Amino acid sequence: MAFLVLPLAGLLIRAPWPTLAQRLAEPQVLEALRLSLVTATVATLVCLLLGVPLAWLLARVTFPGRRLVRALITVPLVLPPVVGGVALLLVLGRRGLIGQWLEATFGISLPFTTAGVVLAEAFVAMPFLVISVEGALHATDLRLEEAAATLGASRWVIFRRVTLPLVAPGIVAGAVLCWARALGEFGATITFAGNFPGRTQTMPLAVYLALETEPEAAIVLSILLLAVSVIILASLRDRWVTSP
Amino acid sequence: MSLHAHLVVARPPFHLDIDLTVAAGQVVALLGPNGAGKTTALRALAGLTGLSDGHITLDDGPLHTLAAERRPIGMVFQDYLLFPHLSALDNVAFGLRCHGASRSDARRRASAWLERVGLAEHARARPRQLSGGQAQRVALARALAVEPRLLLLDEPLAALDARTRLDIRAQLRRHLADFDGATVLVTHDPLEAMVLADRLIVIENGAVVQQGTPTEVARRPRTDYVARLVGLNLHRGIAADRQVKVEEVLFNVAEHLSGPAFVAFSPAAVALYRTRPDGSPRNLWQGRIQGIERHGDNVRVHLDGPITASADITPAALADLDLTPGQQIWAAVKATETHAYPA
Repeated sequence: MAFLVLPLAGLLIRAPWPTLAQRLAEPQVLEALRLSLVTATVATLVCLLLGVPLAWLLARVTFPGRRLVRALITVPLVLPPVVGGVALLLVLGRRGLIGQWLEATFGISLPFTTAGVVLAEAFVAMPFLVISVEGALHATDLRLEEAAATLGASRWVIFRRVTLPLVAPGIVAGAVLCWARALGEFGATITFAGNFPGRTQTMPLAVYLALETEPEAAIVLSILLLAVSVIILASLRDRWVTSP
Repeated sequence: MSLHAHLVVARPPFHLDIDLTVAAGQVVALLGPNGAGKTTALRALAGLTGLSDGHITLDDGPLHTLAAERRPIGMVFQDYLLFPHLSALDNVAFGLRCHGASRSDARRRASAWLERVGLAEHARARPRQLSGGQAQRVALARALAVEPRLLLLDEPLAALDARTRLDIRAQLRRHLADFDGATVLVTHDPLEAMVLADRLIVIENGAVVQQGTPTEVARRPRTDYVARLVGLNLHRGIAADRQVKVEEVLFNVAEHLSGPAFVAFSPAAVALYRTRPDGSPRNLWQGRIQGIERHGDNVRVHLDGPITASADITPAALADLDLTPGQQIWAAVKATETHAYPA
């Protein structure tokens, strides 16, 4: 317990409280905070869009290679984020497998853009969502879906009106974890999207940069990031994150 | 308007193969011990379990070619399976919505159904706030609201306590009488089957062993399982004229028969004697007392020997006879109290 709490307490003790308000109001800080919140939220939405159907597929449909897909999905969970960033560069970078084609065909270049930040965050945070939703799907009574079928509900209606409401707590819990992970993402972001203030410099990146030049600013940014995470998690935890 | 089905479900080592005919307005009960395949048969009718072979015809149209959601059925599950996130009203309205009713129309009709089952004031309640009996009635309303042509009931009263069961059974009987489609009821409770059904089909190990009206089945059991259900001693023997020979025991019976035959008699018809009774009453054999237990106001004595049988005697008789397990005893049944029929 102390091991978990002490570093956070240290952060609070060493904070330059007198100048805190002034430092927080600096445009660069606000810019980084805004960018962090926006990219983490968009990344979470991307994860929801791709992750919920994927989780449903894994939980409800038997197909060859399902175990392999399940294993592959957890890879970003154990992969060092930097390696994830490198991998994204190799595929989606300007000379990457798909990136080259994207650039040539559509003139789209993902690396070192805000979209790149979203992509990097989504890549790292997706497993949290998929695992949480798949777990919730496994926990629901399949026979409720059968009961819905006997009442004339098609597969899509069953998914929308029975399955989805039943796993909603799991989806919200997964989305919160996913969002928190995206907010704190560092390695993949800096590797794939770089560190441009206002465009790709999220809070964790700003903290790291400030630590080398201006340690006090790093503490301020850290406290801000801590506060945001704690507030969001605390407001959701009682309702959703605890088991339904 | 009727159901004709030949259901074959092969899931080794289990194999279900039964024929089923239910007329419109008729209630047929599938009765059988646990694992006999009753629920599998019901799921096959609903389209939740695939048929390995056979066919289902409802009102002259094939049913087995349709997916579950396209079949004109209503199903009540053993534990009701109400949607926990919907109110009682929305549970009943769910099927109507799936069948294309508008939201307001579905709610109006669902509300009428809740009123019919006496739950109008619980329309807004979530399933977890309902008692077992209330949940059962919501489940019945949900199944009937879609106006199915085939109603499937899987142990509809099994999850209720004894007091509620009596009440709900009477209500269910009334709703079934009003329903003009075919009804298939699965149960392991013979009383439930006798009260609710017009016809019984007894299933053991995936096959039909006996069928008929409740009275026929109760009077002429054809397997040990059915005999136990209806509380009769049942023996199979060879008949010649007015006698049936079971093992070494010769039963005098009222019926003229020949060839393989069953003899059935109530445990209450069996008299016990410490010594061989005087005169020469037929239907007499000597057995060993295997066990003694209370049975209602009486005492049930289990006998083995040349044939196994149960005898019901009064506690006073038990004291007079001074019976103990393991003891040899004479048992007799009057010819007029036996019932014999071809096997």
